[in-house]
Amino acid sequence: MYSDTVMDHFKNPRNVGDIENPDGIGEVGNPVCGDIMKIFLKIENNVVVDAKFKTFGCGAAIASSSMATELVRGKTLEEAWELSNKAVAEALDGLPPIKMHCSVLAEEGIHNAINDYRKKQGLLPWVEKNPHSHDHTEDLTCDH
Amino acid sequence: MGAQRIIYMDHSATTFVKPGVLEAMIPYFTEHFGNPSSIYGIARYSKKAIDTARVQTAKAVGADPDEIYFTSGGSESDNWAIKGVALANRKRGNHIITTQIEHHAVLQTCQFLEKEGFEVTYLPVDQYGLVNPVDLEKAITDKTILVSVMYANNEIGTIEPIVELGAIARKHKVYFHTDAVQAIGNIPIDVKSQNIDLLSLSAHKFYGPKGVGALYIKKGVRIENLIHGGGQERKRRAGTENIAGIVGLGKAIELATADIPGHNATIKAMRDRLIKGVLEKIPNSRLNGHPEKRLPGNFNVSFEFIEGESMLLWLDDEGVCASTGSACTSGSLEPSHVLLATGLPIEISHGSLRLTLGDANREGDVDFVLDILPKVVQKLRDMSPLYQKSGKEGGCNV
Repeated sequence: MYSDTVMDHFKNPRNVGDIENPDGIGEVGNPVCGDIMKIFLKIENNVVVDAKFKTFGCGAAIASSSMATELVRGKTLEEAWELSNKAVAEALDGLPPIKMHCSVLAEEGIHNAINDYRKKQGLLPWVEKNPHSHDHTEDLTCDH
Repeated sequence: MGAQRIIYMDHSATTFVKPGVLEAMIPYFTEHFGNPSSIYGIARYSKKAIDTARVQTAKAVGADPDEIYFTSGGSESDNWAIKGVALANRKRGNHIITTQIEHHAVLQTCQFLEKEGFEVTYLPVDQYGLVNPVDLEKAITDKTILVSVMYANNEIGTIEPIVELGAIARKHKVYFHTDAVQAIGNIPIDVKSQNIDLLSLSAHKFYGPKGVGALYIKKGVRIENLIHGGGQERKRRAGTENIAGIVGLGKAIELATADIPGHNATIKAMRDRLIKGVLEKIPNSRLNGHPEKRLPGNFNVSFEFIEGESMLLWLDDEGVCASTGSACTSGSLEPSHVLLATGLPIEISHGSLRLTLGDANREGDVDFVLDILPKVVQKLRDMSPLYQKSGKEGGCNV
């Protein structure tokens, strides 16, 4: 059911773990729904120099975390913010429709981590352009 | 898949066909292919083979041969029993009693009947998955026409007090149906002494072929047909008989019920070693279902801080076939209704694993799983934010 790329990122996840004194932390999901992602970012001169994750969830959730952290490394915060769930899913060579919410979690996790950093810097958080959290039509977000 | 061998621990999902069963079936695909409804010689072979299978099946459950009706499997048998009794007895009442932990073939049939004006009571279960006979007796009204309680649960293996429940139904003159799909070959069944009016079974759960099952209907039970058409199965179940399948069912049920205590002792010894080893080696794990009143091959366990599908993917990578009660595998995003009915917290039910042992297993399989599983669980816990949050010794605080 999963692409080879998903299985590769599931079995050999990149960037697992946490960062000591991270500049931004984003936590999304809910244990009741069966998935939680925690994203850690190290930011220097507006650039993501390190990104790590810890995830409780299915194969797609772990692979999405792995891919999302790979994709934002070395990016400016503006570039990292533009990372969409679709881009994560495409980089994984697709996710089954019922698992698309895992890529949404990854996008939201990155966003939360960036805004955590911005708040710590005394900056206004950026506003979600396409909030997913209440969007139950495109993906099957858990109601809990 | 990096695996070199397959360790099959999903016997509750389905089983392989035993060589003796397959051997018995083959002539009915090739030489004796005649339609049993026809009059010529080769057709008589087919008819005789069905009669033999009917005797074998009846003997295995303590029924008379003319109380056995062959179907396409467990789902059809459940649908027929429930819809058939409901439709034939609607003048007497519109109330059906079942449980919260039934197979979907029962639950969704009942939900369908609710839309058609029937009322259904879904009895709760205790933390082990047991139905309380007192609850059943309280739920029966003068409108109740059918009680349907599974003999043993497919997910957690809990064996229900069928004799007691059947006696209560009988006392109140209500038909009693049991889905015995998981029970055949694991529990001695005698429909007469166990107060059972209707019983569903399916061949592929006891080393027979897929696509064939049976419904036992006690003489005198008022039931409508489900499949209309030709006059097969004494005008109660239309459709040209799946002769080879029926022959396979007969042979398989004969083999499966020949020595239930001996068979169970072997399987249970392996299963018990697996349970003990897993619970000892893996902290924050818990057994689901009843410690004793459970199917001999069933092991259902929850591991805190991790999710079931990711466990299955790693086990599959090691060649271990298992299943989970977690959301993600079924595509429904809701965890097992059975685990939730036992009161298991929803977040912990996501980390559940079902290993069901059977004739495909050897002691070495248990050793292999005992070696692999703790590593898989640890690998996933190491990347789980819940594990970190709650501390390695603590409980799940979420």
